[in-house]
Amino acid sequence: MLKKFMADLHIHSCLSPCGELSMTPQKIINEAKKKQLDFIAVSDHNSAENISAILNVAEKNSLTVIPAMEICSIEEVHTLALFRDLDSVLEMQSIVYNNLKGKNNPDVFGLQVIGNENDEVEGFVDKLLIGATELSVDEIVNQVHTLDGLAIASHIDRESYSVISQLGFIPQNLEYDALEISSNISVEEARNRFAEYSVRPFIRNSDAHKLEDIAKCTTQFFIEEPSFDEVKKAFKNIGGRSIGIN
Amino acid sequence: MKLSELVKLANLKVKCGNEHLGREITGGYCGDLLSDVMANSKNGNIWITMQVHLNIVAVSVLKEHSAIILVNSRQPNEDTLKKAVEENIPILVSDLPAFELAGKIGSFGIGKN
Repeated sequence: MLKKFMADLHIHSCLSPCGELSMTPQKIINEAKKKQLDFIAVSDHNSAENISAILNVAEKNSLTVIPAMEICSIEEVHTLALFRDLDSVLEMQSIVYNNLKGKNNPDVFGLQVIGNENDEVEGFVDKLLIGATELSVDEIVNQVHTLDGLAIASHIDRESYSVISQLGFIPQNLEYDALEISSNISVEEARNRFAEYSVRPFIRNSDAHKLEDIAKCTTQFFIEEPSFDEVKKAFKNIGGRSIGIN
Repeated sequence: MKLSELVKLANLKVKCGNEHLGREITGGYCGDLLSDVMANSKNGNIWITMQVHLNIVAVSVLKEHSAIILVNSRQPNEDTLKKAVEENIPILVSDLPAFELAGKIGSFGIGKN
């Protein structure tokens, strides 16, 4: 039976240089529960080092978390990539790391903290996570699909790091599973402005970098249960599954 | 100035579009955000960019640019080059960064009406 589940599928943890240090595994899960979200995805820039800890905390708190990453292409297009399991997201991470140059300067960009399930600092990532990979957006979308993941165009209304700002328009051959609109634009405005892309589902997420922003924008999924596979089916409207944004 | 003269003066490598180098250049535009280039570049411009994605050809066709110039020795993707041949858009490559190339081209009088 299909039921309504509320999701925020784009949340940055303290691993992202721009994410606040309070975005720890436990605090993110607590905030998501407090905001009555049924499931979330945690997606850090070019890294998935906190996914394992977050999955552990989520399990103890009966919240579904979809492993994710937000990957930056050579054109500086951001792609929100969702995966079925930890192994897949870590495999994507190793491909991204092999194509990511530079070292982080925490004074300029911020700390990149690996946390554990007790919200203790386990370490720091020294790669330049804010940087762009040497992978084209086409390569990223294809690679995500090879790992059976879902590739979503991040915040297509934004004037930086979106496929439309960087490439002018969404290339037809780019097989995005969904398009994300940000909190900066109303749903009505987005539907008008991006009518030509409405063949693909639109989702809306917070892109939170601090706790209070979690669930600022959400997507409603009419699915059987909160899971990666159900989200995948909802994107294709299989068996009456659907998506709502408001 | 014609493209063919610019190719010699600025030491550009012609990746495709040799047969279109008789085109007149009306001015130039620098930009790596294709949304901005679509909004602000003009008909007949040479477009100086770092981007090598397939979409650059579509933007150039739309804006009727005389040519695309890739800087920092960037090489067009294979599908970009193929599309540029089909759409009659010359792709030229400079080993200079955008600032230096634009300065050099400006010194030839292009862009000064």
